[in-house]
Amino acid sequence: MKHVLENVENQFEMFQILDENGKVVNKDDMPDLSDDDLKELMRRMVYIRILDQRSMALNRQGRLGFYAPTAGQEASQLGSHFALEKGDFLLPGYRDVPQLIWHGLPLYQAFLFSKGHYHGNQFPEGFNALSPQIIIGAQYTQAAGVAIGMKKRGKKSVAITYTGDGGTSQGDFYEAINFAGAFGAPAIFVVQNNHFAISVPVEKQTKAKTLAQKAVAAGIEGIQVDGMDVLAVYAATKHARERAINGEGPTLIETLTYRFGPHTTAGDDPTRYRTEELDNEWEKKDPLVRFRKYLEDKNLWSEEIENKVIEEAKDDIKQAIKKADTYPKQKVTELISHMFEELPANLQEQMEEYKEKESK
Amino acid sequence: MAQMTMIQAITDALRTELKNDENVLIYGEDVGQNGGVFRATEGLQKEFGEDRVFDTPLAESGIGGMSIGLALQGYRPVPEIQFFGFVYEAMDSINGQMARLRYRSGDTLHAPITIRAPFGGGVHTPELHADSLEGLIAQQPGIKVVIPATPKEAKGLLIASIRDNDPVLFLEHMKLYRSFRDEVPEEEYTIELGKADVKREGKDVTIIAYGAMVHSALKAADELEKNDIDAEVIDLRTVSPVDMETIIASVQKTNRVVFVQEAQRQAGVASHVISEIQERAILHLEAPILRVTAPDTVYAFTQAEEVWLPDHKDIIEKVNQVINF
Repeated sequence: MKHVLENVENQFEMFQILDENGKVVNKDDMPDLSDDDLKELMRRMVYIRILDQRSMALNRQGRLGFYAPTAGQEASQLGSHFALEKGDFLLPGYRDVPQLIWHGLPLYQAFLFSKGHYHGNQFPEGFNALSPQIIIGAQYTQAAGVAIGMKKRGKKSVAITYTGDGGTSQGDFYEAINFAGAFGAPAIFVVQNNHFAISVPVEKQTKAKTLAQKAVAAGIEGIQVDGMDVLAVYAATKHARERAINGEGPTLIETLTYRFGPHTTAGDDPTRYRTEELDNEWEKKDPLVRFRKYLEDKNLWSEEIENKVIEEAKDDIKQAIKKADTYPKQKVTELISHMFEELPANLQEQMEEYKEKESK
Repeated sequence: MAQMTMIQAITDALRTELKNDENVLIYGEDVGQNGGVFRATEGLQKEFGEDRVFDTPLAESGIGGMSIGLALQGYRPVPEIQFFGFVYEAMDSINGQMARLRYRSGDTLHAPITIRAPFGGGVHTPELHADSLEGLIAQQPGIKVVIPATPKEAKGLLIASIRDNDPVLFLEHMKLYRSFRDEVPEEEYTIELGKADVKREGKDVTIIAYGAMVHSALKAADELEKNDIDAEVIDLRTVSPVDMETIIASVQKTNRVVFVQEAQRQAGVASHVISEIQERAILHLEAPILRVTAPDTVYAFTQAEEVWLPDHKDIIEKVNQVINF
């Protein structure tokens, strides 16, 4: 029996292309990206880092509402998104606003989402995404459904969804990967393992050595990726997408990453559960620093280019927040009108009541 | 017209809509080859293929979430929750997700999903099969809750539910599945959701009921007639939202109300409807509104089930109380 038990453990080796110094350690899996693509990836990461810094500041000024910091997770978020096409359907978690923005969501609408205005979730027809999910596993089962629908429609596109390490403890996580596997659906399930579900470390979340190995139970492909290495995340997602549209089924991608900030701006203090040493250790793995070194070695990036991106981001943010700040406030009567296609009698009555209240 | 049981009428409605709209998909646990544990989907997979009628893995939350995903791809999902007591597993998908999709997206997305589930007592099921949990879903705005009482209505209401662009929970009382036959038109027809039906006209008292209790109320009304009490019986048909117009018109006529539900007493549909009546028509009332319900315990184990469930005798007793107040 001993040899059987020993063989049970699955080996999930972390997939990496660039090391912490921006040196290529895995030439064989280097993705086929043009110089312009590489620069665009860096541009997006810098832009989102600036957005994160400005969002934190705006939040402190009381100009934003709910905000989940993204610094540290740019490679994981944007590297995976860069592998997608417009027709792919995105089902984000609450921290995944950057992917929505690069999928085409205007920045001022992202701010409206944060400020708690429904227009932040009003996407135009053909914008293939849901608004960020608050329940940490619900988007997973919905992604399985979207992917099953895509397969039935014969579409050559995929559904991609994101959760965190804590999300993998939810029953919905398993139901979703199992459904997608059973139906052979073109779904990509990304787990951004930032090592803490609010305050609970991943070691207390599960006895599993990796989260990627959870794919084995559902019989789907799983891979653990260095989530601070944008090229590795891109390559893994691209591979998953190709498999999916070739009818080879879903993939689970675990990205090892870290959020430099708190869980959200709503009073979370990471010093209560994280050490300075751990923060410093992960800061050395900063996806922007690593990728910048790589691009500078190839003469594709400079301080001047980066400053231009920073200015561009700051300008965009300034205009977007102005638009969000001056956007007409939402009304209760609008909420009432969005409950059903046609208003039932109880809501017709309540509509009248709130029309009067709002006219005062 | 054909004579059909409720289960046959439901199958007929599902077949009609599978034929009508290629976006209609029927799925759940055992609904494919097996035709459902109650045979509601009997023969449909054979007729429409595994792409339209299919089995899922055994997981209610997965079924619920998948329904939202399929709706986002333009489908009109008709999932089955095998027994409604299992709905707790899917509560987030139903109340937290599909009922809120239109609201959350500011009217840009919607979930035209009809969740079917058998429920209701008196058929000696194990725990968590028979519970009347409609009140849980009825508290959630954004989803309609429909409960038919006859085969003819089951067909018309189910077709209307499937064609509705908002989510509908369609609850089928197990005791009604095969207890009697009814004339059911063979052609397609719909019955408007959110409209109650006056099942029996009367002038002395209004008995409001839904599901299997409609039949107990009608039986009580027949008995009461022998004592010269002329009861009006209203079948809600949709318990969320409730058709107060029909109810208030009846209260104005009879001035007395007894509300009957199989569910436990606390909270729930009866409490809501009674509050609405007293707000809208208190000066028309000649007596307090009384309720006939199950007691506030967890659903009874089989040996106590018959006493635990309300019946026509309980209704007669309460009607006599409001008449003699």
